[in-house]
Amino acid sequence: MTGILMLLPILDSNSYHTEILATAALYALLALGLNLIVGYAGLLHLGYAAFFGIGAYAYALLNLRLGWPFWAGLPAAGLIAGCSAVLLGLPAIRVRGDYLAIVTLGFGEIARVVATNLESWTGGPNGLMGIAHPAVGQVRFGVEARPYYWLLVILVAATAWACARLRRSRLGLAWLAIKEDELAAGCLGVDPLRMKLLALALGGWVAGLAGCVFAAKQGTITPDSFDFIQSVMILAMVILGGLGSIAGAICGAAILSIAPELLREFSTYRMLLFGLMMVALMRLRPEGLFGNRYQVPNGQSVPGTKRRV
Amino acid sequence: MSETLLWVDRVTKRFGGVVALSQVSFEVRRGSIVSLIGPNGAGKTTLFNCVSGVIRPEEGAIRLFSGGQEELLSGSVPHEVARMGIARTFQNIRLFAGMTVMENVRTGTHVRTQAGLLEAVWPWAGRARQEEHWAFERSSRLLERLGLSAVADRPATALSYGQQRRVELARALASDPELLMLDEPAAGLTRQEKESLMEFLRELRREGLTILLIEHDMKVVMPVSDWVVVLDYGAKIAEGVPKAVQEDPHVIEAYLGAR
Amino acid sequence: MNGELFLQQLLNGLTIGAVYALIALGYTMVYGTLQMINFAHGEVFMVGAYLGLSVMLVFGLAAPAPGGAAWLVMVIAAAAVGCALLGLLIERVAYRPLRKAPKLSVLITAIGVSFFLQNAVMLFYGAQDRYVPELLPARRMGEGAVSVTPMQGVIFAVSILLMAGLQWVVHGTKFGRGMRAVAQDPLAARLMGIPVDRVIAMTFAIGSALAGVGGVLFGSYYSTINFHDGYLVGLKAFTAAVLGGIGNLPGAMLGGLLLGLLEGLGAGYISAQWKNVFAFAVLIGVLLIRPHGLLGERLAERA
Repeated sequence: MTGILMLLPILDSNSYHTEILATAALYALLALGLNLIVGYAGLLHLGYAAFFGIGAYAYALLNLRLGWPFWAGLPAAGLIAGCSAVLLGLPAIRVRGDYLAIVTLGFGEIARVVATNLESWTGGPNGLMGIAHPAVGQVRFGVEARPYYWLLVILVAATAWACARLRRSRLGLAWLAIKEDELAAGCLGVDPLRMKLLALALGGWVAGLAGCVFAAKQGTITPDSFDFIQSVMILAMVILGGLGSIAGAICGAAILSIAPELLREFSTYRMLLFGLMMVALMRLRPEGLFGNRYQVPNGQSVPGTKRRV
Repeated sequence: MSETLLWVDRVTKRFGGVVALSQVSFEVRRGSIVSLIGPNGAGKTTLFNCVSGVIRPEEGAIRLFSGGQEELLSGSVPHEVARMGIARTFQNIRLFAGMTVMENVRTGTHVRTQAGLLEAVWPWAGRARQEEHWAFERSSRLLERLGLSAVADRPATALSYGQQRRVELARALASDPELLMLDEPAAGLTRQEKESLMEFLRELRREGLTILLIEHDMKVVMPVSDWVVVLDYGAKIAEGVPKAVQEDPHVIEAYLGAR
Repeated sequence: MNGELFLQQLLNGLTIGAVYALIALGYTMVYGTLQMINFAHGEVFMVGAYLGLSVMLVFGLAAPAPGGAAWLVMVIAAAAVGCALLGLLIERVAYRPLRKAPKLSVLITAIGVSFFLQNAVMLFYGAQDRYVPELLPARRMGEGAVSVTPMQGVIFAVSILLMAGLQWVVHGTKFGRGMRAVAQDPLAARLMGIPVDRVIAMTFAIGSALAGVGGVLFGSYYSTINFHDGYLVGLKAFTAAVLGGIGNLPGAMLGGLLLGLLEGLGAGYISAQWKNVFAFAVLIGVLLIRPHGLLGERLAERA
């Protein structure tokens, strides 16, 4: 599978197409990360783009201020984003469902505004420029999308593989348990707090990696790329694909990043159509493309099992 | 004292103005079956919730004597309590709806396994593989024992009520507990299923398990229990061997008197 | 800050606070009856502002207009009706089918509606700020450095009237009783013969109407509106609702005024960008420290 994807840009050397593919791959990575948080652990997170941004800014600052090369910045960005996710998550996860969504939304917005206003650190609304592209030995990546695409495909494949293994592991079962019934899971020995933070850490890590690659490719980053709309976009991809599904996350990302390109003429109606799509999706097929009907978003139990403490 | 596994010591729990539990004290001896009975609303499930850490009592303490050590249960969080060797079932069955029967039971083994993040991702971690194997084996054996092998891969909520109760039981047992707490395990079961349940509880007792159960059906409670504790309006009004409790005038009044 | 400036800021703060309160009422009513956060409510407010603008344009009103007050009342009424209809439409099409759906589905739907409305308005009216004619004379009344514009007076009057009216409806009418019943226990209410669907629809209608009025008042007060206002003001109004205690009507009113006050008093010290963050910070703070708000009762965690 990965092999086929890798070959695509060679077969179709249209650089515009490759650009789109690279974007799709980037979103696929982000969707996989968010899938861990929303799909596996069941946390309604509306501020995911913030970690994407933190990863991007982390690499940018490490590179511009401390001269770190890309390959060192990549894991660093992941770590920093992962840690932020945990830090911001600590107060948030103790709050109830819809409120959790609001709090994460809030943190996301605050992060963006902070990035816009702390001029001396983050370059303010104009962002940071002149970020170095990655280099392998003597060969430096340029602005052309192809090598980034390959790098992203590798990252996506690795992440997808890790997610698959996680899902089948003891941790995967634990996440499913707390998502279904946190109380019962607790009484069985699953520590919900720890599991949620773990999901956040991993999701943040992935977003950080994506951010780093994004920053390296663009060379310039501004806070606008990491706003609420971005968070919703990534969430929509995960939901479209089916919460908890790896293939779903990737497909959802592919569809939602490629479709706008195909529908270029409708670009002014983009948000309109996007909004309509979300409403329609929830009405017609809330479990998404690859979800299963027993696991509709936020796993409410099938009637027959009452909940009362 | 060394025979005591669980010691509920003057536990008091208030919800706003309502006193749900008032200075409740009793002991559960290791290897015995103790039943907690009383009219509806007496505070039985509240007591269970205090023991398993779901709620915190205002006064009093709950102690567990495990591995030669005394542990303070009250004030612990549910998953800590589980780790100390206590497993429970719920009055309204709380199975995990998105999972199969086998998966439900497997979650019970969580507390006895260690595999963390690295082992989850790294495919060559031997210990994780062993653990998974153990978990699977244990779950399979339990399912077999409870007659659920045939439905192991079905969604847990697709089963009959009686079967679901058994799945919950298997799940609780999967954690290899020292103390098993059952909240109305016989509710909704047929006569035959109740007989099987009673036999199963006796079996578990023979294997050394300590059981604390809440139950309304006296035909289940009396034959199976070594000791009975009676609650009414949050206070203990009697305790003793089944026969004695049955004949206790306070108990009779509580059940038959005006409420 | 000297006394007069303080008072002036106070007045200004209360003015915008009244608008926030009107919108917050909509959030709180919907949350009370459906336990959902109506993400799209802010956009209804925004639509209200634009509807008001449209009406003014249709009638060729410019500033200042003769008989301005009367026209203003008409514009307000038009926006109220328009938004009520919009609210009914949204409830019927987007939310009602999802009555039994899990929280996330409803949330996504609400966000979808919100995006849709934002974009629709943007397409229709353009992405730039639009100028709203001031129908009332702009002269200030008052002594010294403390003054009130007629517009502010109108805002106070209208809000107080509407809030009082709402209280009367909720506590003094049969419909209000129905609302409260549905908020407490929808199933029991249905069993009692209360037309739950109709009550919910009317709740949306009322809440949206109030938001629409708020929109017109907002537009007239600030003289410019933008399709983005729904998000920003909606967020503040939601914060106000949570601050006062979500599900609690007097709480929403109190929260709105309080938030407006805080903003007004801090206006000198906080720049616009930070002001929005300020609202978020308050929101998060309340949710973390005292989720039931100032006037809300401590609710047990619902499973």
